[in-house]
Amino acid sequence: MTAEIPLHRALGLADVELDAIREKLSREPNDLELAMFSVMWSEHCSYKSSRPLLKTLPTKGKDVVAGVGEQAGVIAIGDGLAVAFKIESHNHPSAVEPYQGAATGVGGILRDIFAMGARPIAVLDALRFGDPSDARTRHLVDGVVRGVGGYGNCVGVPTVGGELVFDPSYQGNPLVNVMAIGLLEDGMLTHASGDGPGNLVVLYGSATGRDGIGGASVLASATFGDQDPSKRPSVQVGDPFAEKLLIEATLELIARKLVVSIQDLGAAGITCATSETADRGGTGMLVDLDAIPRREPGLEPFEVMISESQERMVAIVEPAQWEAVREVCTRWELPVAIIGRVTAERDIVILTAPDGSGALDAEGTPVDGAMELARIPAPALTSEAIVFERESRAPSRRRAAPAPGAPQESVDTLPGRGQDPGAVLLALLGSPNLSSRRQVYEQYDHNVQANTVAGPGHGAAVLRIKGTTKALVATTDGNAPVSQIDPWLGAVLSVAEATRNVSITGARPLGVTNCLNYGDPTRPEAFWALAEGVRGLADACVALGLPVTGGNVSLYNEAPGSAIAPTPEIGIVGLLDDVATRVGPAFRGDGNTVVLVGQAGPGLAGSEYARLAGFASGDDPPSIDLEREASLQAFVREAIARGLVESCQDVSGGGLAVALGEMCMWGGRGAQLRLGVGDSPAVALFGESPSRLLCEVVLRHAPAFDLLARHYGVHTETLGTTGGPRLVIELAGEGATGAAEERGSRIADALEATVDDLRHAWEHGLPRALGWEGDEGGGPVPAGLEVGS
Amino acid sequence: MSDQPAYRFAVNVTPKPGILDPQGRAVEKSLPHLGISGVSAVRVGRRVEMTVRAADAAAARAVVDQLASELLSNPLMELFDVEALG
Amino acid sequence: MTARVGIVVFPGSNRDIDAVNALRIAGAEPVVLWHESVDLEGVTGILIPGGFAYGDYLRAGVIARFSPVMRAVAEFAAAGAPVLGICNGFQVLAEAKLVPGALLRNRGLRFVCREVALLPEHMDTPFTREIGERRPLRMPVAHGEGCYYADDATLDALEREGGVLWRYANPDGSVAGPDDPGNPNGSLRGIAGVRNAAGNVAGLMPHPETAVEAILGSDDGLGIIRSLVVSASEYAATGRVSGTRAMAGGAA
Repeated sequence: MTAEIPLHRALGLADVELDAIREKLSREPNDLELAMFSVMWSEHCSYKSSRPLLKTLPTKGKDVVAGVGEQAGVIAIGDGLAVAFKIESHNHPSAVEPYQGAATGVGGILRDIFAMGARPIAVLDALRFGDPSDARTRHLVDGVVRGVGGYGNCVGVPTVGGELVFDPSYQGNPLVNVMAIGLLEDGMLTHASGDGPGNLVVLYGSATGRDGIGGASVLASATFGDQDPSKRPSVQVGDPFAEKLLIEATLELIARKLVVSIQDLGAAGITCATSETADRGGTGMLVDLDAIPRREPGLEPFEVMISESQERMVAIVEPAQWEAVREVCTRWELPVAIIGRVTAERDIVILTAPDGSGALDAEGTPVDGAMELARIPAPALTSEAIVFERESRAPSRRRAAPAPGAPQESVDTLPGRGQDPGAVLLALLGSPNLSSRRQVYEQYDHNVQANTVAGPGHGAAVLRIKGTTKALVATTDGNAPVSQIDPWLGAVLSVAEATRNVSITGARPLGVTNCLNYGDPTRPEAFWALAEGVRGLADACVALGLPVTGGNVSLYNEAPGSAIAPTPEIGIVGLLDDVATRVGPAFRGDGNTVVLVGQAGPGLAGSEYARLAGFASGDDPPSIDLEREASLQAFVREAIARGLVESCQDVSGGGLAVALGEMCMWGGRGAQLRLGVGDSPAVALFGESPSRLLCEVVLRHAPAFDLLARHYGVHTETLGTTGGPRLVIELAGEGATGAAEERGSRIADALEATVDDLRHAWEHGLPRALGWEGDEGGGPVPAGLEVGS
Repeated sequence: MSDQPAYRFAVNVTPKPGILDPQGRAVEKSLPHLGISGVSAVRVGRRVEMTVRAADAAAARAVVDQLASELLSNPLMELFDVEALG
Repeated sequence: MTARVGIVVFPGSNRDIDAVNALRIAGAEPVVLWHESVDLEGVTGILIPGGFAYGDYLRAGVIARFSPVMRAVAEFAAAGAPVLGICNGFQVLAEAKLVPGALLRNRGLRFVCREVALLPEHMDTPFTREIGERRPLRMPVAHGEGCYYADDATLDALEREGGVLWRYANPDGSVAGPDDPGNPNGSLRGIAGVRNAAGNVAGLMPHPETAVEAILGSDDGLGIIRSLVVSASEYAATGRVSGTRAMAGGAA
């Protein structure tokens, strides 16, 4: 007799979890109940490993209207408006089927936004992959980008920003994090709370099929043989056209006050939407399995309950409003059905009639002979789901040791490209992570809805708000290389950089959403990284006075022996009171003064330069003083509000030289500058120490600019003036003088490059890395294309 | 290769039963506008025709099978069948 | 009298918001017309906006063109009223044979969203009359199926009869042929927009309605939208639009 895997283990539940389930039910669970617990208690749905950590995040703010625990964060912005925003991951599905994984990721996060009553107005996608020269990476990049575009373009929401990052640690585990933003008008805010026993539970949107059943297919009845391909796990397929209709129908239902509550269906489908809605309302539900519209016949109860078919919503509706709700959904060509009733008793009860014709009568009472297939207290599936206190252990070696055979270089030596800093800058601008992403973002519609003031490719996105003088500014950032070395610091730097990118437009950051991508929480070193990341996120938000309004945790991003670099992806939304005062990162005029604000610190570890040079720097990553960062951002916002700044760019990936290169390329003009480099030109030019900005200031504003800087206690250094066809940075200091030469250092005396050369390197970097050279854009297209991509 | 016999094939690719086919669904729902009723279960796929030079029909068929499963269809979401066209 | 211009909305149209915004700025009263309705509510001009009507499934515009409202639009066009299709709207008009030619998949096979330079060809038509000086106009394209195609005979006839209204331009102002960087989708002879033989129905792939405010990057599109509005006003006042001629059967 062969030993069989116990059902609960086949479903992914640990023995200790089965014990907990037995305790909550005071009996043995049946198969359907086990299936429901298995999806609700998955890491993705329950946050069982991260919940204790997330409680430490600051979530309060005076304008926060909806926060952690709701479907999206919402912050009031005046003029009777509020902004809804959130970031979410769809990493594992994208590794399996990149187009649909990315597409359904976009669809899912959009639903979280409009379920709150907000019209989605923008998407940002943060994508991370492995080696760009690898065939599998190229396949994933191609599919994911087409999926993001295919879904977002069709549904009519512009994709206005994001990131594309390559690092070997993502080779087996790509990251697809999608942020969505919506605009809420007064009176439209809707929560997902199942209030009112006797109210109807209404399911509307697409019919239910076998999407995303995955591992639970082990429950499929033995009468369906393995040979039948239709019974194998089904990829979740997104239908953006259906989602567009869903947006319009949902906003109409909310505007006309026809619903009490709305929740979108995502992971764990109907099980999740019903139990979460009930739990928040302190109620329960009778669910009529027979009433759920199916896409095909023959679905088993567990399939219906955990299916992740897309583009579906659950609404709680007062009986008197049912006809109006039905009319709205029908007009928008969406299936709609009453699938249950809210009850005072807190159980989720799944019912079916023996002939499948309907288990509840018109009053919501179970018909004669209705069978109870499952009965679970709603909190057991949701707010009282099992929680684990995982073991945390810092790695014994806290810093990456130099790779075997790597040269131990002193920090002021430039890599072997003739030791010409100009050549290094061109190499950096042409590197996969710093080069232009034009061939990617041109596949995204970034103007639809006519709000885009600044789109992808040149700093934070700026979206005007019609009917007001205001604009929203949004960006995503995540520092994985430093997180690899020091996960607390990496998270802090991520928040600092993301907020800085918003502040340099003149906008005030409003709140933080975060997607925490980490490894296996049952591995103590990986859990330690997560705990440190959350701690860093909390510390940075407290120091900058920003609430965390919600987000997502994605764990288990690793394969045996290879975990991703800890990746805290941070999304920020900011507010510009007057869009006319906005500032961008491109030089605007000739003869203007270029000012470096903030001071460089030591440390090259985790920088793009260190990666390009191929050495594991023996030093530490750069540190950050959060108070200084806060002062810096407050300073630049005020300087911009006062009209003292022509353009502004922050120093980040690739350091000062790259930031200057960007300002020159995008402004179509060079600059003549002089930089004090001390004894460390590489650090001065390419180091990524935080809390630094470059501002272009018209000469007559310079005194006021300096005065304001002193008032805020920020350090400024005038570097030179804009103009001319070249970027020239003369280097002054020991590293450029005879003293350095005596030590054997080989620094050139100036960094020089024509703006045209900079642009050429920058524009060809990505196509070359991905093998897209010579293509119209986006590379060779595989067969099996989705229409509308 | 050019002296080997030529065989003509067609590969028909369709969505797997059970998987959502947004195109089929959209077509089906718009049929009433054309005044057409009684049409259901619309699935939209594609057809790829090709000529293959190989030593014999079996070898040619093997080439087509490989192409169909590795390039022309997405095995996660689609099925294919191969027609010999002569 | 403010011209009433209808915006036909199909399930999946998504640039209707942009069209409403643009028509208001151009001084018209936008009237949203749902695809199920055959009542054009007394509008005297029609704009078919961009988007993904019916998801662009099967073929862009092909399902939309069977919608009830398109019957009314065809009659409206046959009567000589001005109709402008933008992007997906152009595709719908082409599928409905209200303008000549077809829109195929972009040559690069990918969706393209970028700014193009659009050169108007004839300045005295119902859709170009308010542009003013003949110069390249900057506005965005955003489409996956915008490659204009017709056979040589059709193209020759079209050009001979002044049916090409707009072409893509290179940075130096020359017409951007299919291989030029200024041509985003491979359209033959750089054709970005055309009109029917009668001259009262036109379509173009670029988005003038998203280029009506400087803050969005360009207001070069305003002239085209204003042209439609002026033509709609003229039609309301006189029952015809100057520069057009009636065609038997209203065929393109």
